[in-house]
Amino acid sequence: MEWVNAIVQGILLGGLFALFATGLSLAFGVMRFVNLAHGDLAILAAFLAVSFAATLDVNPFMTMALVVPIMAAGGYVLQRFGFNWSIGADPLPSILVTFGLGVVIQNALLERYSADSQGLDVGVFETRSIEFTDDIAVGWFPVLILGVAVVVLVGLQLFLSYTRMGRAFRATADNPSTARLMGINDRNIYAVVMAIAFATVAVAGLFLGIRQTFGPTDGPAQLIFAFEAVVIGGLGSLWGTLLGGIILGVAQTVGNQVDVEYNVLSGPLFGHLIFLAVLAVRPSGLLGRRDQ
Amino acid sequence: MSPLLEVSELSSGYGDFQALYELSITVNEGETLAVIGANGAGKTTLLRAVTGLVPTWSGTIRFGGQDLMSVPAHRRVAQGISMVPEGRLLFPSLNVRENLLVGGHGRRPGPWTVDRVVDVFPLLAPLLGRQSAVLSGGEQQAVAIGRALMANPRLILLDEVSLGLAPVVVRQLYAALPDVTSQGTTALVVEQDIGQAMAVADRVVCLLEGRVSLEGPSAGLDRADITAAYFGMDRGTSPDSVGGEG
Repeated sequence: MEWVNAIVQGILLGGLFALFATGLSLAFGVMRFVNLAHGDLAILAAFLAVSFAATLDVNPFMTMALVVPIMAAGGYVLQRFGFNWSIGADPLPSILVTFGLGVVIQNALLERYSADSQGLDVGVFETRSIEFTDDIAVGWFPVLILGVAVVVLVGLQLFLSYTRMGRAFRATADNPSTARLMGINDRNIYAVVMAIAFATVAVAGLFLGIRQTFGPTDGPAQLIFAFEAVVIGGLGSLWGTLLGGIILGVAQTVGNQVDVEYNVLSGPLFGHLIFLAVLAVRPSGLLGRRDQ
Repeated sequence: MSPLLEVSELSSGYGDFQALYELSITVNEGETLAVIGANGAGKTTLLRAVTGLVPTWSGTIRFGGQDLMSVPAHRRVAQGISMVPEGRLLFPSLNVRENLLVGGHGRRPGPWTVDRVVDVFPLLAPLLGRQSAVLSGGEQQAVAIGRALMANPRLILLDEVSLGLAPVVVRQLYAALPDVTSQGTTALVVEQDIGQAMAVADRVVCLLEGRVSLEGPSAGLDRADITAAYFGMDRGTSPDSVGGEG
């Protein structure tokens, strides 16, 4: 029964990983942009929530209405007037630029908030759960996270498949200069992609902050999990990202069960091993296009 | 006939390589102009400069009386310039219908719809749900032309429509051109196939090493003059005359 519980919890944890990975997956899929500051942006969003919750004296959940639009606007502006210079066939410039951004964010957060760990307290909702059996209890909050992840990823996929703008996203991903011939402003598309990426990672960051305590330098660790979810699922495939997140989540919680005493180590270790196995056997990821 | 597109003393190229040397051509409203020339003559560069995909080094490009210099490529579509690029360049992630729809991304008002494109190219009717990568070359070219039409252009630029296609397919595709131009759409056709170019165009311009080497109404041009202009030889030493005297 412990194992069943581990798998159920893993699936729920996978929702958070998938939400983290959404923005990475989308940005890479549309513009071959690798954002190394992605994890730091999540932590930045969580700290913004801390500040807003304190100054406005509201439940951290409510701050989402402010933090997500602010992050999205920031993503748009940063891409339009900054990152766009680093877009091209070669992803290396984007890696260098966002590596720098990550360092800047971490140090700015240290300067402003100190190195102390913070948490977002949303009250009883955090700990409420439904017990199915004595061994299996499902928390409302992890269920909410998974639900949001599914809604975000399915919504994005529908947006890409069935809207005029989504069509423009896919056309630009295929060939930006031909997209320009269709009257598509690729620079604007990239900025909208980054706005969506920032918005989703802000939601993920808030959920992370509610789930556990966090500090200014926790971003890179989150980035690794997000990358693993993207690569397991397949680069640029949103369904793959959801699947990759869930597989990584299950691997980690099952890993926790293997060695309960050292679960802080064994959980992530199992995640990394699954990641390496996928990379060795199917480098394009489970749902990635083989031609990439 | 008033001029729709006026290219004057245009110099352009890629990096250090200059492809066009102070080239001037005019396309009048409603006419079909064919631009011919050998590989590397600058035909494609001319089209890419008009659409804004390659920068203008010097000279001007005016469209409908307006200077295009400061208009970025994606806005030129809204002004009514649409291109069928060499090699077709369909979007592989999009199916045929989506490829057509994305051509109308700018929502410029006009008569063209997916149904209308299928009327002109009936071969596309059963293919609308297919991925573009599985189509034959001729089918892909029909989609590429349809995609350009979906932008409801005043000027359509066709780059090497016949490239890599069987002659019978090329004739089918060009047979649709009157359907397009009868709407009042002006066409600028780049072709390596001189016979095809002469057949569809009102006027022919021949390029040689980035400059205009010959220009005239397609009915009035002498084949030998074209050959000379195409290969850059004096008439006296063109292959025909050499053969005749030899």
